[in-house]
Amino acid sequence: MEIIETYGFIFMVMAIVFGLYMTWGIGANDVANAMGTSVGSGAITVKQAIVIAAIFEFTGAFIAGGNVTQTIRKGIIDPSSITNSPEILVFGMLSALLAAGIWLMIASTKGWPVSTTHTIVGAVIGFAIVGIGPDAVEWGKVMQIAASWVVSPVLGGAIAFMLMMSIRRLILNTENPFQNAKRWGPAYIFLVGFIISLVTLFKGLKHLNIELTVGMSFLSAFVFGLVLAGIGKVLINRVEVDEESDREFHFASVEKVFTPMMIFTACAMAFAHGSNDVANGIAPLAAVVSIVQSGGEVAQESALPIWILVLGGIGIVVGLATMGYRVMKTIGSGITQLTPSRGYCATLAAAATVVLASRTGLPVSTTHIAVGAVIGVGLARGVGAIDLRVIGGIVISWLVTLPAGAALAALFFFTLKGMFS
Amino acid sequence: MSSTNPLANLFGKSPFKGLQVHMRAVLNCVHEIPILFAALEAGDQEKVVAAKDKIFEHESEADQIKNEMRGALPKSLFMPVDRRDLLEILQMQDSIADTAQDIAGMLVERRMEVPDFMQEPMKALVMRCVDACEQSAKIIEELDELLATGFRGREATLVEEMVEALNLVEDDTDELGIALTRLLFEHEDEMKPVSVMMWYQLIEWIGDLADYAEKVGDRLRLLIAR
Repeated sequence: MEIIETYGFIFMVMAIVFGLYMTWGIGANDVANAMGTSVGSGAITVKQAIVIAAIFEFTGAFIAGGNVTQTIRKGIIDPSSITNSPEILVFGMLSALLAAGIWLMIASTKGWPVSTTHTIVGAVIGFAIVGIGPDAVEWGKVMQIAASWVVSPVLGGAIAFMLMMSIRRLILNTENPFQNAKRWGPAYIFLVGFIISLVTLFKGLKHLNIELTVGMSFLSAFVFGLVLAGIGKVLINRVEVDEESDREFHFASVEKVFTPMMIFTACAMAFAHGSNDVANGIAPLAAVVSIVQSGGEVAQESALPIWILVLGGIGIVVGLATMGYRVMKTIGSGITQLTPSRGYCATLAAAATVVLASRTGLPVSTTHIAVGAVIGVGLARGVGAIDLRVIGGIVISWLVTLPAGAALAALFFFTLKGMFS
Repeated sequence: MSSTNPLANLFGKSPFKGLQVHMRAVLNCVHEIPILFAALEAGDQEKVVAAKDKIFEHESEADQIKNEMRGALPKSLFMPVDRRDLLEILQMQDSIADTAQDIAGMLVERRMEVPDFMQEPMKALVMRCVDACEQSAKIIEELDELLATGFRGREATLVEEMVEALNLVEDDTDELGIALTRLLFEHEDEMKPVSVMMWYQLIEWIGDLADYAEKVGDRLRLLIAR
C-alpha cells in the first residue's frame, strides 16, 4: 500500500506514457492492415483512408472499445490473488505495456510478424505467471481468447464467402449487371449499417450509460441502416456507365457502383478496428489508474473512465497521422488484385467479425481476420491467386509473439519490482 | 514489416493476367505471317527478313513471359482453377508462337518462293488460320469476366459459344489445308522433290497455328466445366 501512496503519481505518468506509445504504434502500423483491403481495391485513396480512419478509429474506440479493455484489464488475472499486494498488478501492467511497445518496435524494424493483440495478451499472462503464480491466471478465459484467435478468421472467411456468392447471384450473373448493381447496392449498404450498429448497440452501452432493450436495439440498428442506405442510394445513382472501360472489362461499370459502397465498409472497418485494438494500449493503463486512484484497492467492478478511452483514441489518430501514410501505401500497393466488389465482401466480413468480437470482449487480431475474409472470397473463386503459405506464417507468428511478449514482460516486471520495492 | 505482413503477402501474381499478356505477344507473332507471305509474293526479300525478325522478337518476348509465369506459380497458390489446366493453356499458346517462328525461319533459310498455282489457296489458308488465332485471343481476353462471375453462369455460356465458333474456324482451316496439300501433290512432278517435302511441312505448320489455337479453346472448356 505504501508503495502505491509514495509512487502512485509516477506510476500513473509512466502508464500514460507507455499507453500512449502503444496506441501510437497501433495507429502507425496496425491501422494500415485494417484499411488495406479498401485502399488496395482502388476504391479510396490513401489520403481518404487516413481521414476515414482518424474519425472512425476514434469513434470505434470511444463507443465500442469498453468490453475488450475490461477483458485485458481484469479478465485474464484472478484479482483475489493480489489483494494483499496490489502494487504487483501495477508493476505487471506497466511491464506488459513496456514489453509490448518494445517488442513492436523490435519486430517492426526487423521485419518479424507482429500482432499488437497477441503481444499484449502474452505479456499480461507472462507477468502473471512469473510475478504471481500460474494459479493467478484465469485459464478458462485464456482458452476462450485463444479459441477466438482460431475461430475469428474462419468466421470472417465464411461471411465473406456468403457475401460473394450473393453478389454473384444477384448482380454479376444476371442479364443486366449494371442495373442490378444499382438496385441492390443500397441493400448492401443497409447491411453494413445494420450489422455494425446492431452488434455495437445490442442491449446498450454500459460505459456511456445508454440502456437499450433487445427490441430497441434492433429498431435503432434498422433505422441507422436505412439512413446509410439512403445516403448510399444518392451516391450510387450518380454512377454512370463507362462504355469505354466496359469494352475492356465487361464489369467495369458494375465495379464503379461498388466504389461508393466501399466508403461505408472502410468506415465500418476503421470503427471495428478501433473498438478492438484500442484496448491493447489502454487496458493496462486503466488497470494502473484504477489501483492508484483507489489507493491500492483492486476493485473488480470499477468502471472504465471515459478519459482513458479518449486518450487511447487520440494516440491512435496521432500515430496514424505521423506514420500511417507510408505504411498504408506499402500495403495497399500489394493488394491491387481486389476489385471493389471483392474488397466490399472481404472488408464487411472482417468488420462484422471484429465488431462481434469487441462486443463479446474478446481481443482478436484484425489482420488475421482480414486474411481469413480474403481467403473466403478466394474460396468463392473470386480472386486470381492466393498464397496459402501465409497461413503457415500466421501460425508461426502465434508461436513467436506470445512467448516473446511473455518473456519481455516478465523481465521488466522483475526490473520494476526491484526498482520500486 | 511489409515483408512479413500477411495481408501484403497474401496475393500471388494473377495467372489470368499473365495468360492474357502472353497471348497478346503470341498474336503479334501471328499477325506478321500474312505480312511475310505478302512480301514473299511481292518478291521483297528485305521485307521478308524484317517480318521474320519481328516474329522472332515477339516469340522471345512470349518465352520470357511464359518463364516468368511458370516461376510465379508455386504449389501453395490457391486459384479458382486447376494449376495444371492453366499451365497447359500456357503451353498451347506458346506452341502457336513457336510454330510461327518455325514457318518464318523455314521461309527465310531456304529462300522459298510460293509457286503460282499455290498463291491463292495459300493466302486463303493463312488468313483463316490467323482468324482462328484471333478468335482464340478473344476467348483468352474473357478470362477477367470469367473470374468475376466465378466461371459460371452467363459468362461461361458466352465463352462456350465462342469456343464452338473457334472449332468451326478450325474445321475450315482443316479443309483448306487438305485442299492445298492435294493441289501440291497434283503438281509434285513439276517441282523439285525436296521442295515438295518442304512445302508439305510448311502447309502442315500453318495448319498447326489453327490447331493449337483450337486446343487453347478446348483447355478453356475444362476451366468452365464443373
